[in-house]
Amino acid sequence: MSVAAHHNSALQATRKRRHAARKRTNYIALALSLGAMAFGLVWLIWILIETVRLGVGGLTLATFTQMTPPPQEAGGLANAIYGSLVMVGLATLIGTPVGVMAGIYLAEYGQKGWLGSVTRFINDILLSAPSIVVGLFIYSTVVARSKTFSGWAGVLALALIVVPVVIRTTENMLTLVPNALREAAYALGMPKWRVISQITLKSARAGVITGVLLAVARISGETAPLLFTALSNQFFTSDLGQPMASLPVTIFKFAMSPYENWQQLAWAGVFLITVGVLALNIAARTLFRQR
Amino acid sequence: MDTKVQTPQEARVKLAVKNLNFYYGKFHALKNVNMELPENKVTAFIGPSGCGKSTLLRTFNRMFELYPEQRAEGQILLDGSDILKTKEDVSLIRARVGMVFQKPTPFPMSIYENIAFGVRLFENLSRTEMDERVEWALKKAALWNEVKDKLNQSGSGLSGGQQQRLCIARGIAIKPEVLLLDEPCSALDPISTGKIEELIHELKNDYTVLIVTHNMQQAARCSDYTAYMYLGELIEFGATTDIFMKPKRTETEDYITGRFG
Repeated sequence: MSVAAHHNSALQATRKRRHAARKRTNYIALALSLGAMAFGLVWLIWILIETVRLGVGGLTLATFTQMTPPPQEAGGLANAIYGSLVMVGLATLIGTPVGVMAGIYLAEYGQKGWLGSVTRFINDILLSAPSIVVGLFIYSTVVARSKTFSGWAGVLALALIVVPVVIRTTENMLTLVPNALREAAYALGMPKWRVISQITLKSARAGVITGVLLAVARISGETAPLLFTALSNQFFTSDLGQPMASLPVTIFKFAMSPYENWQQLAWAGVFLITVGVLALNIAARTLFRQR
Repeated sequence: MDTKVQTPQEARVKLAVKNLNFYYGKFHALKNVNMELPENKVTAFIGPSGCGKSTLLRTFNRMFELYPEQRAEGQILLDGSDILKTKEDVSLIRARVGMVFQKPTPFPMSIYENIAFGVRLFENLSRTEMDERVEWALKKAALWNEVKDKLNQSGSGLSGGQQQRLCIARGIAIKPEVLLLDEPCSALDPISTGKIEELIHELKNDYTVLIVTHNMQQAARCSDYTAYMYLGELIEFGATTDIFMKPKRTETEDYITGRFG
């Protein structure tokens, strides 16, 4: 055996050993991360299973057609579902234009100025503010002054939660639009408002819509801001000047009660919200993927 | 250094640059540039990265104004009137001085709309007139045959070379007088590059074309005049054949022959 061949076989052996060691490390790391993932997923899936198991049982046609019942009587969640839809819908309608416009300001006008920095800072605080603070704020400014809980107060509280989420995503999505595209538009002699409305906003559209959908998903489960504002209502009302029922508050009230039929309805409500939020998230993801 | 550069005399002057200085904040990017650009000719700007050729190009349509820390001093005369001082809206200047950028930038809309959009900013055309204009621009940009059956599809579905020709079509559709091309081929393969170079040849019949390029062969192939810039100064400007065959200054010769630095 020549010296070169000997060296070569020694090198081969070392390589194999090192390779085996790397492979082992890889398996351990993979097992650990899979374990971590499984740990996270277990709870999520458990929640989903419990929601479906307990929620579907309480779900009947009456859930959608009848009002929230007194204890021990049959009924549904119609007023709560309607209230949630109306308040979440209106809050989104109010919050989206405000948020999108503020996001446009931050991304297209206030990139460097002090006003932009201050707005961005305040928005970050608002974004992470506990929703109960928002609820109390609307309680003291609106409810305490008008001396009545109302659907409008609930809408305002929810809109206040929508705005910072939409501002943040709109700004992020607009800053992702390459400057070359803006310059190309300006080079054609396009005025700024057209460049923004028809070029940049249009190319960031999917991202902005995703932000709005995520905001909707967030507020449809919010309880705290509604507790002090819209309160709840045992009856059906489409008058936003009156206290208004909503799914989260109804769940809060019913789930803590000792009455079986209330608990049942609470689970049905939980199921409806979960399915709704899940659907919105999936919609947001598919939209984002189409970009 | 003497920056008074001999100007080609044969053609009418379309753009005249007088004592132009340009600043990025405190950085002095263009130093006292003087030149006269002939009408209906192709002028190439060459020079190493950072020499100011793109900066110069971006003063001709006042693109730099998008960035508040950038400013230009001096005069740029388009047909004799100063576009830096004019009270005319900058949009109207950009309608006369079109620009195509390094990377293709199709707008997020159909091929047809990509072209019609810019035209609508300045003209009220009927449906048929607009159809004709779109077809005319796409034919000029040598793209018509490739896209005529899919005008309603998204512009971003085209290949890189096609997208760049779409951008050129979009630029000429509003009928500018000057066309600025800022390294229009640097992101393209040789075949697309060839097509765009042919196109530049065609375009000079109707437009004054200014092209920034890093590709010396490209400058030699498709330009009538060449300007060599270095560190913000215009070193030499003259007929392309003269610049490449018998440059007057050693700096130019060193750069062209690759003995630079």
